[in-house]
Amino acid sequence: MLYLSLVFVFILSYSFYFYGKKRALSLKFKKNENLSSLPDYYGYYVVLLVFFPAIIIWFFLLIFKSNFQEMFVMSPVLFPDVATWSSGKFGLIMNKISNLSMIVNLSEIDLTVGDKSILKMASESEIIAAKNLANFDKIYGWSNLTLFIILPVLLGFLATKSISGKLNAQPIVEKIISYVIKGSSYIAIFITFGIFFSLVFEAINFFRYVNFMDFFFNTAWNPNRAFVINASEGFDQEALKEAFGFVPLLTGTLLIASVAMLVAVPLGLLTAIYLAEYASSKVRDIAKPIIEILAGIPTVVYGFFAALSLAPFIKDVGEGVGLPVSAESALAAGLAMGVMIIPFVSSLSDDVIKAVPQSLREGSYAIGATKSETIKKVILPAALAGIMGSFLLAISRAIGETMIVVMAASLRANLTFNPLEPATTITTQIVTSLIGDVEFDNPKTLVAFALGLTLFVMTLILNIAAITIVKKYREKYE
Amino acid sequence: MSSLEKRLAAEKRFKFYGMFAMTLSLFFVLILMYKIFSTGSGAFVRTTINADVYFDPNFIEVSSNSSKKEIMKASYVDLADQVINQNHPGLDEENFIKVREMYTRKFDYQLRDYIANNPNVIGKTVNLDISASSDLDQIVKGNYPRNVPEAQRKINDYQLSILDSLDSKGKMSKTFNFWFFTNGDSRDPETAGILGALMGSFYALLICFSFAFPIGLLASVYLEEFVKPGKITDIIEVNINNLAAVPSIVYGLLGLGMLIGVFGMPYQVPLVGGLVLGFMTLPTIIIASRASLRGVPPSIREGALAVGATKMQTVFHHVIPLSLPGTLTGTIIGMAQALGETAPLLLVGMVAFVMEIPGGAFDPATGLPSQIYLWSESAERGFLEKTSAGIMLLLSFLIIMNTVAVLVRRKLEVKW
Repeated sequence: MLYLSLVFVFILSYSFYFYGKKRALSLKFKKNENLSSLPDYYGYYVVLLVFFPAIIIWFFLLIFKSNFQEMFVMSPVLFPDVATWSSGKFGLIMNKISNLSMIVNLSEIDLTVGDKSILKMASESEIIAAKNLANFDKIYGWSNLTLFIILPVLLGFLATKSISGKLNAQPIVEKIISYVIKGSSYIAIFITFGIFFSLVFEAINFFRYVNFMDFFFNTAWNPNRAFVINASEGFDQEALKEAFGFVPLLTGTLLIASVAMLVAVPLGLLTAIYLAEYASSKVRDIAKPIIEILAGIPTVVYGFFAALSLAPFIKDVGEGVGLPVSAESALAAGLAMGVMIIPFVSSLSDDVIKAVPQSLREGSYAIGATKSETIKKVILPAALAGIMGSFLLAISRAIGETMIVVMAASLRANLTFNPLEPATTITTQIVTSLIGDVEFDNPKTLVAFALGLTLFVMTLILNIAAITIVKKYREKYE
Repeated sequence: MSSLEKRLAAEKRFKFYGMFAMTLSLFFVLILMYKIFSTGSGAFVRTTINADVYFDPNFIEVSSNSSKKEIMKASYVDLADQVINQNHPGLDEENFIKVREMYTRKFDYQLRDYIANNPNVIGKTVNLDISASSDLDQIVKGNYPRNVPEAQRKINDYQLSILDSLDSKGKMSKTFNFWFFTNGDSRDPETAGILGALMGSFYALLICFSFAFPIGLLASVYLEEFVKPGKITDIIEVNINNLAAVPSIVYGLLGLGMLIGVFGMPYQVPLVGGLVLGFMTLPTIIIASRASLRGVPPSIREGALAVGATKMQTVFHHVIPLSLPGTLTGTIIGMAQALGETAPLLLVGMVAFVMEIPGGAFDPATGLPSQIYLWSESAERGFLEKTSAGIMLLLSFLIIMNTVAVLVRRKLEVKW
């Protein structure tokens, strides 16, 4: 229904283009008025005045549908004291009503014995609320549809009515459009603010439960200790102190990222050098897209591969030579991540190497250096800054990578630098703390936002550093 | 060795290292593909057992005159048991259970659907191919070894003997597993399908596109055509570059904290998943679209301005249509990335067990990659196959989208 009304918004506002234009033409030819703009612009004028109010209201009604639903079902008419309820009680009653709503409209024969007893236990107003809930989608849909037929038509006629020869439609239309495109470009900023504030806001909530220093400097990570002892006392402060220690997550993240960089840096850089300096254009045209496939493969695929094939393989090899290797070793996750990052390093380094001016190469050849000597002693030093930038971007990518570590790394925190042992990462813990019950008043959920904020700041610093370095480097040779 | 020989040897070695690194990278692509395809191809085939099914009116609660609704509501468990008794006469209670386990648990649903489609079949005997259970399926496909002690096998010796006797009578066969493409998720690997996740991803991408494409296009037009370089554009520019590099999981936290936590949007629905993916795709589209706008030569703009067009007319009538192929290419590539993103979907709850096929952006759903993740976490061997098959499907969608992007660029792009 909601989507049908969107179709109506589009069709109606489009058809008012013709109506507005016709009105302008009739002013000109029947009433001999002079028009200030081309007739087309009177059409656009009407369309914009219909479309934008309607679409804004449509989005509003779409996004806040569940809020309207709550207001409709839990109305003070049915539950006079609803304003005084705690959020827990509210949720409980809402849950009960939504269960009731599934059976409340069934006919007598379809009801099971259990359903009948549930119905008997429910109060009069709960039954009415449940019926309201069951019918809500229909009511909301139909009223929405009616609104979006009446509203555009009304707006359309009002806008058309206001057309006269003196009205200069073109500047108005252009003004509206210029505001719209300006607004669009500010959305990118809003998203950044949204990220920052939603992270900071919930992180502050988290630090109300857990001391800032305890979080960043404690070496124990046992989030399961954060349970409520009893409702009146809240959380056990002593247990919370030992529950959220960030250090093992940081070391785990760095350990896995280092393994990944150990794979990706040599392979990526050598591949880039070979493709840029040695390979014939034929080899280049085939090999480059194939390697870039590695960057396009979703990370869930790497995670599956790491957990299914790589980890058992490494375990077998390790046991073959007499080393104890965990089934969830940091090595397996790191290797898979390294393969994923190869194309980042190789394509960025490739660009950087190609940007080194040809004259440097020729100068080096002229004094008798071989190709590899030129690369090692001239090109790489010249391109060093750009290559470092690409490494920083790769590290930022490795730190923020989620699915590979969720599937292949361990869930248990372990303070270690041995890649054969299991280790966990920041991203893994964000996912595990948010899968299952999400409660915004429990530090177990909130810690995800504190971790997310840390991750965001870490990657932001790396990205800004990388972008600045690469930009400076480009300017040097341009 | 002279110093020149040494230097030339070093040259050769270095070239070899480069070649080796490149070959190794290519080798990784191959091994990944091989592993996925070799594990996943089995999911497209389903083992069936041929049986004569007598639709005995005594075991069916409905008659051929019943309405479709009644037929769908009735229970067919007794009929299923009866069919097994007829096809395997003389079973005692213990062996009956073992034989029942060889058929799919949803046997009665298969019979129900057959009756619903052909109500006149009641009282007649029909020869049907009935789906085998996942464990039997795996042993037929050779994924479970047969020559290990009975205690380590999911299929015991008695069931193996029944299987072999069925096989020798030519009753075992394999059919194309269309259920994989038409069903939602299921607890039983043999009936689990990908359609629910596919539709979930489809709705999410629809939302993602309708958010990110118009806004990305207009934002890039503003930044390239209307605003003079200054402080604000610098801020926006740095901002967009940074947004493009923010880890996807952080966008998931934005969806959870802002859209679900503050705006009260529902959990688990493609609407929220799609918006989050849209936030993620926006910088990609803006960057691609700006590059494409920059590619339109200034002479076009000057020509339009010279004949008296306003700035707005120049941009909307001439510049945008010429830059659209580049923008579209960037959008398709961005959408392909969004299709493969898993972490944001996990955080906004699109990773639950959902049996129904979602009918819109408001129904609880999973996405294609999160369904792959869900299946990969199951212990049963049958789901391993489904995981790989799901990955194959996901990869083929990505290949299609990227190919379309390349074609759009080749066919429509204007060369100056």
